[in-house]
Amino acid sequence: MQNIFFLIFRRMRAPLLALILTYAIAVLGLVLIPGQDAEGNPWRMDFFHAFYFVSFMASTIGFGEIPFEFTNAQRLWVTFSIFFTVVVWLYSIGTLLTLFQDPTFQRALTERRFTAQIRRIRDRFYLICGYGETGSALIQALTDRDQHAVAIDIRQDRVNLLKLENLRQYVPALCADARMPIHLMEAGLKHALCSGVVALTDSNDANLKVAITAKLLHPDIKVICRADSHDIEANMASFGTDYIIDPFDTFAVHLATAIQAPCLNLLQEWLTGREDSELRDPIYPPSEGLWVICGYGRFGKAVYDQLRKEGLELVIVEADPEKTGLPKEHCIRGRGTEAETLQEADIQRAVGLIAGTDHDANNLSIIMTARKLNPDLFVIMRQNRQDNDAIIEALHADMVMHPSAIVANRIRVLLGTPMLHEFLQLLLYQDDRWACELVSRILALVTSHAPDIWEVAFSEETSHAICQSVLEGKAVSLRDVVTDPRNRSKLLQCIPLMMLRNNERVLLPEMDEILHRDDRILFCGSHSAGNRMEWTLQNEHALSYILTGEARPQGLLWRWLKRRERT
Amino acid sequence: MNPEKVLFGFFIVLALTLNFGFFVGELDNPDHHHVYELFAVIVVNLIATVLKFGDRTQMGAVLLATSLVALLQLFAAALVWAVAEQITTIGLTPVVTASIVSLSGGAMLANVVSVVLLVIETVMLRR
Repeated sequence: MQNIFFLIFRRMRAPLLALILTYAIAVLGLVLIPGQDAEGNPWRMDFFHAFYFVSFMASTIGFGEIPFEFTNAQRLWVTFSIFFTVVVWLYSIGTLLTLFQDPTFQRALTERRFTAQIRRIRDRFYLICGYGETGSALIQALTDRDQHAVAIDIRQDRVNLLKLENLRQYVPALCADARMPIHLMEAGLKHALCSGVVALTDSNDANLKVAITAKLLHPDIKVICRADSHDIEANMASFGTDYIIDPFDTFAVHLATAIQAPCLNLLQEWLTGREDSELRDPIYPPSEGLWVICGYGRFGKAVYDQLRKEGLELVIVEADPEKTGLPKEHCIRGRGTEAETLQEADIQRAVGLIAGTDHDANNLSIIMTARKLNPDLFVIMRQNRQDNDAIIEALHADMVMHPSAIVANRIRVLLGTPMLHEFLQLLLYQDDRWACELVSRILALVTSHAPDIWEVAFSEETSHAICQSVLEGKAVSLRDVVTDPRNRSKLLQCIPLMMLRNNERVLLPEMDEILHRDDRILFCGSHSAGNRMEWTLQNEHALSYILTGEARPQGLLWRWLKRRERT
Repeated sequence: MNPEKVLFGFFIVLALTLNFGFFVGELDNPDHHHVYELFAVIVVNLIATVLKFGDRTQMGAVLLATSLVALLQLFAAALVWAVAEQITTIGLTPVVTASIVSLSGGAMLANVVSVVLLVIETVMLRR
């Protein structure tokens, strides 16, 4: 891109030379030709006046003959010079303006400005490649949590869309091909504060290229990738990509969890939901009986494998089984949008239906037809495009699989609350009873919206008061932290979910646990509880009220008076 | 023979020679320094500067820098002249002449550097 500047300068030579030469000739002529002053004495124009006159003559402004009226010889020269200077002036200025509007030149300028912006970043940030549905959801979520992001997308209209978005943080964005390492570097891949790269483009190859570039050029950072095929996943994993997210597998595991342990599934959903989302009721996918899967593509295969592990009876409906490969159990040829195919698949006897083709209209049609034949079906719909939200909502499917939303959600948890991600991993080893108990405890805290999730690190910076007390040798227990700093007989509306101490994870830590420095605790609860806890963490007076029950005098004078009172 | 190189060398050397022509003579005697010569020096220096645009080499960058320095000095000299003659009308006193000529002397030094660089480049190319 550096070349373009030299090229532009080189192209500027001809117009500038033409301008200098014509001006020089016109000025010299005016100086050489003898003139007269107002009294008729011979007078010669000096360079100062000649240059002044030519400057306005060439740009066709024309103020008249100055400083004295011209003689005929001067007028003859000016007549000639008007023509050549005006023409050359228009040509030169026109050429220069065109050069500055050159698209490649403009692009070079934009890139240069973008690089400068990135260099000035002073906070940790994530580099997000691909600003599609997933990317926009992720950036929205990250900026809502006051985290910084930089975006790259190959399409200008998407980048423009980002600029219109009302985000809490400024997100620098560049329209460029993320497959080119140079563009990733411009976007800050080698920046010391770049803490992760997220590849979310709709092409597997591009994601792979981004991942490998990031791993080679900045090996310490987190690399998170979206991948739709097992082939690419294995490839990405081979060079150490930190997290690979396959929306289809993720959903299939999700569905299997919902069949086995509905409470666990509900808990996962509540904790990972966006803070303003409504709590949904638990779903109970039937765990016995016949399931019909329409479409045996990437999604169909992932669900099929999971449901087979659950020991369910399965029928596949696939329009083109030669292309997709044949499942082991029996398979019916057809799209599933017609009643005959569905009847052939025994839809009347089925308990569940998965409309999993990559075409939204077909999926809707499958579900509507199937419901006519069997109204009690448990229906799962695969949504391919975000803009179909309205009709899919009207369908009232029991579960909707929207790949972009799934990926965005996973990454949001991963980057925004890494401890929650660990918690969810540990959750899978718990039984459903344990999960049901926790669900009912959470339900007691919040009304209709998903609970807030926050992490507390007991370090000097984030919880000054607690650290001071620990240093002074006072024991601060977990109960003290969750006590309401306004009324110590009450507890805040929150639950400590997990404690992390020296790489050891404790699920639902006890209230009597004595806190150490550098412990980290994950809480969930109401929004106001999180705000009030900040007081206890940072304000010594609030903490001392909780610990001792008395409001300590704050000013010097009152402390002195209090001391006198005691003696 | 590259015609571009001929033109390039021609203007760079011409800028130096004209500059020298204006500079020689008694420092504060206005009769030894003619305004036409200064005009020619400025025009030729402008052309030499534009010719150096868009050269990607290190040498090109330094050449452009010396030219810009020379131009800056010459513009200052012309401005002093215009102010003395037209605005304050004190005319070309020895003090004013001396400052104009010494400014052009500075420009000449920059032009000398330009020519030396040009010679060095040529020598290295032909070795």
